[in-house]
Amino acid sequence: MVYFILKRMIQSVFVMLAVAFLAFSLFRFVGDPVSQMTGVETSVADQERLREDLGLNDPFVYQFVRFTGDMFKGDFGYSYRTRQPVADMIASRIPATLELGVVALIISLLVGVPAGVYTALRPRGALTQAILMTTLVGVSIPTFVIGIMLIFIFGVQLGWLPTFGRGGTVQIGSWESSLFTIDGWRALLLPAITLGVYQLTLTMRLVRAEMMEVMRSDYIRFAMARGVPMRRLHYRHALANTMVPVITIIGLQFGGVIAFSIVTESVFQWPGMGLLFLESIRFVDIPVMGVYLVVIAFFFVLVNLVVDLLYVAIDPRLRISDVS
Amino acid sequence: MLTIKDLSVKFPSRFGDFTAIEDVDMSIKPGEIHGLVGESGAGKSTVGAAVIGLLQAPGYVAHGTLTLGDTDLRSLTPVQAHKVRGDRISMIFQDPQTSLNPLMTIEDQLIETIQAHSDVSESAARKRAVDLLEEIGIKNAAQRIKAYPHQFSGGMRQRVVIALAISTDPELIIADEPTTALDVAVQSQVLDLIQRLAKERQIAFMLITHDIGVIAQVADRVTVMRKGRVMESGDTAQVLGAPEHPYTKALMDAVPPLDRKLDRFRVPDTDGALPTQGDVAENWLLEGDQHERTGLSLENLTVQFLGPRTSFFHKPPPHVALDNVTLKIKPGSIMGLVGESGSGKSTLAKAITGLVSPNSGTMMLGDTELPFGKSRNRHHPSRQLVQMVFQDPYSSLNSRHRIGDILAEPLWFYGFVKDAKEREKLAASMLSLVGMQPDAITKFPHQFSGGQRQRIAVARALLARPRFLICDEPTSALDVSIQAEILNLLKDLQSKFGLTILFISHNLAVVRQMADETAVLRNGKIEEVGETHTVYTAPKAEYTKTLLELTPVMPSSWES
Repeated sequence: MVYFILKRMIQSVFVMLAVAFLAFSLFRFVGDPVSQMTGVETSVADQERLREDLGLNDPFVYQFVRFTGDMFKGDFGYSYRTRQPVADMIASRIPATLELGVVALIISLLVGVPAGVYTALRPRGALTQAILMTTLVGVSIPTFVIGIMLIFIFGVQLGWLPTFGRGGTVQIGSWESSLFTIDGWRALLLPAITLGVYQLTLTMRLVRAEMMEVMRSDYIRFAMARGVPMRRLHYRHALANTMVPVITIIGLQFGGVIAFSIVTESVFQWPGMGLLFLESIRFVDIPVMGVYLVVIAFFFVLVNLVVDLLYVAIDPRLRISDVS
Repeated sequence: MLTIKDLSVKFPSRFGDFTAIEDVDMSIKPGEIHGLVGESGAGKSTVGAAVIGLLQAPGYVAHGTLTLGDTDLRSLTPVQAHKVRGDRISMIFQDPQTSLNPLMTIEDQLIETIQAHSDVSESAARKRAVDLLEEIGIKNAAQRIKAYPHQFSGGMRQRVVIALAISTDPELIIADEPTTALDVAVQSQVLDLIQRLAKERQIAFMLITHDIGVIAQVADRVTVMRKGRVMESGDTAQVLGAPEHPYTKALMDAVPPLDRKLDRFRVPDTDGALPTQGDVAENWLLEGDQHERTGLSLENLTVQFLGPRTSFFHKPPPHVALDNVTLKIKPGSIMGLVGESGSGKSTLAKAITGLVSPNSGTMMLGDTELPFGKSRNRHHPSRQLVQMVFQDPYSSLNSRHRIGDILAEPLWFYGFVKDAKEREKLAASMLSLVGMQPDAITKFPHQFSGGQRQRIAVARALLARPRFLICDEPTSALDVSIQAEILNLLKDLQSKFGLTILFISHNLAVVRQMADETAVLRNGKIEEVGETHTVYTAPKAEYTKTLLELTPVMPSSWES
């Protein structure tokens, strides 16, 4: 077990190094950093001096080691655009994106899992067919269209919910949260639904397929033959076995939700990392883009680690090494 | 107590209703073990499923009566039927590996089952569960009950399954092939247990199986089914000892006896493929027969696999699959290799074919030494001289290739026949040599039954002009009557072409029919080797004696 976790963590270190290398290459090779930092009137001699000061003439490997070391110490460099430390910029944006992602995930699970179970247990019901059709429409429409439609209906026509921004936020330490005010929740609802729709459909269809598979298995038939109460059969026996593969996909998708909340954030002008990333692209703000890459990769690695641990928690067969 | 009358089950489909069983009559008394025997597709399991009310989805009971005591099982509502399940009727499935929920402890599964049918506290249910496990023969039950299914061996798991089935004191248990997935030693324990439960608790058992030996050993009465209909039924001694129905007779003839060797099985004539058309292939094989008959000798062969790694710093202890195996197979003879699952039988086959690399030892095919594993290159002559017939004919043929292409492949691959037309002719002729219609070359594997596919697999192996053939459980996926045909075929081909065969099986009776010499393998070690007759009649090793004793057989007086 300990060996298993250690192995996963060492693998994660290598993944992070690979991503750091990509981010570094972005810095170093997408255009000349010096010419982006300086104006046209800077003399060649000054440019050369700057190059020497910034260590850009050092050997490649040396530069990479220094870059990774700085990253490790939490020094992410400065934005070309705002002249602020990138670390501060990202840190101020992370809460918004995380809250959005987590709420979207929760919505998708709260709706997706029960819907999946229902449609699996009544594969021929009328409601099942209706749900399957609606969700198919749901995935076929691109995220931004859904967002705009929601804004149009609930924001413009009905005027119930705000159409942009985070609404009222509360500062808790360095974390700016919109989860503690009604206003914040009102602002959060539409973007979270928009972001969660795809995930919801995926979860539902996955739960449905897995559950139908599990219901055909021998141990469910044996439990039926023993007269185990139906409710227990469905939720204790079948659902637990269904969740083993489903968790992997949900985990991977959650990484994706965080990483690709860009579209939703720009539709709702949600001040998260995705919006920051878009602005950075517009101004070719390479340090911010590089750090964004690293942060997102870190989330992916973290989520995967958590998924692996959940696996072990759910499935006793993976704990073989503990008990003999 | 259980009475089945005129039972018919139908499965609706697009092409009209398919009748799975028709007009089945049967009755089981308390404490009786009623054998239900037949080959695959006979509808045995459907009878069981209909009784317990768990027919697979579109299937339904078309007509007939099912009564358990005074209860009409067909008139129950779904909720009532679910109450009856477990409480009065329970079931044991074939594979103990898959019939327990892997995510729940044995304790949870037992307690929930007990509590589902009687209003007892959790601690009372736990106490009863522990007592049950003790009774079933699980030592230290109070602690073992906390374990998950994967922490039990196959035989122990089947005991747990039985404990679950009897935990609610049912009147009837439907046991669907309860010992098919088990080794003989475990099988005999489980059968003893079933007999004991029938006697002590007066539980009625419906024992569904394809193994006539099992029926002969434990069943009081037997019903023989074929294609959804009852052929014959009555006391076991009477039905199996003096079968009246021709089908029962044919079935009995096809069962290989353990205590003597038959030259051939009596097999009713099959759809009359014309063996004369096999001349072309026969001549071709004989003409290629310039080589001597080739023997194989293994010396001190050891194969180890790495165990699961649990720590960074220590190498995991290796799992020894084969331990210093020395074996000499005489040219032109059949060597039988028997042993329980996990004894290393298949590893030996893989080492010889180069799929697994041994850690030490030598392998000699005739006079040439065989290189190990991957160091044996693609064009090494042994790749052609050694061929293999696998256990499962459903997965050993590529389902997207035509039979003609499957058979022609060795011909072009080894460069025997350059002309494509010639190859096709030879493949067609080969098919009639193995007893099939030559026009099968245009078809795909899925168009054939298991037995026919195994014939195709044999034909493919022969077209490589092998001198040494490895048959790894070639008949264990097949029904007895088909098994008899394939065994006859292998015998014929072996004597015609002077092949040397390594015949691997867990079924001692089958090996007795086939092998000149027999080796008994256990935990990677050879326990005993010798003339088959000697090994079976005067076994030296204790282990061989146990195996022979435990194999279920029919009393010899029953055999015609």
